[in-house]
Amino acid sequence: MAEILVLVEHVDGEVKKVTLELLTLARSLGSPSAVWAGPGYSGAAKARLGEYGAEKIYVADSAEIVDYVVAPKAELLAQLVSSASPAAVLVAATAEGKEVAGRLAIKTDSGVITDAVGLGDGFVAEQSIFGGGVNVKSKVSKGTPIVAVRPNSTAPEASAGAAAEEQVTVSLSETAKAAKVVERVKQEKGARPELTEAAIVVSGGRGVGSGENFSIIEKLADALGAAVGASRAATDAGWYPHQFQVGQTGKTVSPQLYIAAGISGAIQHRAGMQTAKTIIAINKDPEAPIFELADFGVVGDLHQIVPQLSEEVEKRK
Amino acid sequence: MNIVVCVKQVPDTATERKLRSDDNTLDRDAADGVINELCEYAVEEALRIKEAHGGEVTVLTMGPSKAADTIRKALAMGADKAVHLLDDALHGSDALSTSYALAQTLKKIGFDLVVLGSESTDARTGVLAAMLAERLGTPQLTLARKVDIDGSTISVERVTDYGFDKVEATLPAVVSVVEKINDPRYPSFKGIMAAKKKPVETLGVSDAEIDTAQVGLGGAWSEVAEFAVAPPRAAGTIVKDEGDGGSKAADFLASKKFI
Ligand SMILES: Cc1cc2nc3c(=O)[nH]c(=O)nc-3n(C[C@H](O)[C@H](O)[C@H](O)COP(=O)(O)OP(=O)(O)OC[C@H]3O[C@@H](n4cnc5c(N)ncnc54)[C@H](O)[C@@H]3O)c2cc1C
Ligand SMILES: Nc1ncnc2c1ncn2[C@@H]1O[C@H](COP(=O)(O)O)[C@@H](O)[C@H]1O
Repeated sequence: MAEILVLVEHVDGEVKKVTLELLTLARSLGSPSAVWAGPGYSGAAKARLGEYGAEKIYVADSAEIVDYVVAPKAELLAQLVSSASPAAVLVAATAEGKEVAGRLAIKTDSGVITDAVGLGDGFVAEQSIFGGGVNVKSKVSKGTPIVAVRPNSTAPEASAGAAAEEQVTVSLSETAKAAKVVERVKQEKGARPELTEAAIVVSGGRGVGSGENFSIIEKLADALGAAVGASRAATDAGWYPHQFQVGQTGKTVSPQLYIAAGISGAIQHRAGMQTAKTIIAINKDPEAPIFELADFGVVGDLHQIVPQLSEEVEKRK
Repeated sequence: MNIVVCVKQVPDTATERKLRSDDNTLDRDAADGVINELCEYAVEEALRIKEAHGGEVTVLTMGPSKAADTIRKALAMGADKAVHLLDDALHGSDALSTSYALAQTLKKIGFDLVVLGSESTDARTGVLAAMLAERLGTPQLTLARKVDIDGSTISVERVTDYGFDKVEATLPAVVSVVEKINDPRYPSFKGIMAAKKKPVETLGVSDAEIDTAQVGLGGAWSEVAEFAVAPPRAAGTIVKDEGDGGSKAADFLASKKFI
């Protein structure tokens, strides 16, 4: 079966969920080979990748690969594309994943598709554009298809693969070393899942009313094991940090469940959450456009409804 | 310093956006064209760098004739001059083709620093800056929330999932900026008047030595095979809170096995 390269996303040596999704997707189209780039590779990582179907694991775990911005990962993948001639390369459609895909496309003279929400036979990708208003099927017409797939597009399913390891050495070009990471600043991050990867997102908007009041949104998120998001009105007001903004100029999320509290549902907000599988809206205005999207909506004051919901969730867990 | 800022005209997100049924490309005539919002942050950052370090800001845009409005907007904000890459052969270009055409033009006009928005509201690929860095062989300083220049050293704070990376490189370089790096200025009346007299050079594909086999619909590396207006979501259940709204929402979550 045709080999498909999957670039592994990992943090502190742990394989991220999106990689398990990509391995699952790759299995439906060919034989997945995981590509580990950067330090942190371990027996546990190997076991995890194997559990989700990696037949092969290319390991390039030198620190150099993450000492410079994006270009080294693209060089590594380009080297593997030339030696293994895979049928396709899949990366996660994170900000960095897309940049790796873009550079790889140029290096290998191949087409690239970003933000796929599905991928089928012949590597035809599905995309949702214009804030979810239009569904597109697109495909690469030159070279090796390179596809950046959004987190939560596929449900990860375990199915053992051989996980045969192959060490890879890359000698980075001088241009790949042009932008050096001199310091990594880890900002305090609680136990909540990463916003773009989370299966559940609870977002608050202007209706939340203040920064302090965001604690009720956080409480519901924690009860559900969810990430917290915010509308631009909320981040602009300084109620919640900008990196949690969902929408056209913020993050795009595609979770299993999205709960919007005190958010009107402007087109620019919808652009970032419309591909969520299930949507719940809580808003005191029955005319709010967010209700057009909602699978379930409650018209009323979020300051009453959200705490009650948190309590019920805790109770029924 | 020779700063080039790449700006893109996009259909206004507040109006209905469509694809053309004849060639599956964006229908740029159907909607009002506005400057891509993140490009305003790019123009602002370019102007601030010029104000701190001297030099000149050139606006570079590739797009149909009506993209001239977007160029005027950037000039009204304070950019010095502009280059408009305008040619029917460019219609239907994908990200790879666009990056090729812009890179060819940048090689021709020269630069110390190229500044882009990190994403556009229509294509939303977010890959153009990385592609330009690859094509030009210059350092990639993308997703910047802060830019500092000291002599020929440029450093940025690159936004990451966990916070940010401090990244350093030597000019020339390609930078892309995220929202909230700054507050874009509004063009003043004086700026708007002055913009009318600022030089705008129009280049075609041959002027920029662009190989037409690599641009346009025919040259693109990817294609839209088909598209359809998304079916409306099935109408959901909307209830009014009568003191039990939270508990009803919990019932719904339970019915969907979320709890
Ligand atoms: C170029 C551009 C890019 C943009 N990018 C983004 C983006 O990335 N993300 C984004 O979110 N927006 C973005 N916006 C802004 C967007 O247009 C909206 O202004 C924004 O999403 C509104 O946020 P909101 O829904 O929280 O606020 P509002 O529109 O003010 O809505 C607040 C809602 O809360 C409800 N409410 C108030 N009090 C309560 C209460 N006590 N209980 C229950 N409900 C209550 C109200 O009925 C109302 O519906 C962008 C705009 C532009 C022009
Ligand atoms: N046709 C174009 N002309 C000039 N700059 C562009 C063009 N297309 C994209 N860009 C730049 O690339 C950025 C990212 O766009 P995109 O890759 O389309 O999401 C934009 O913010 C612009 O700075």
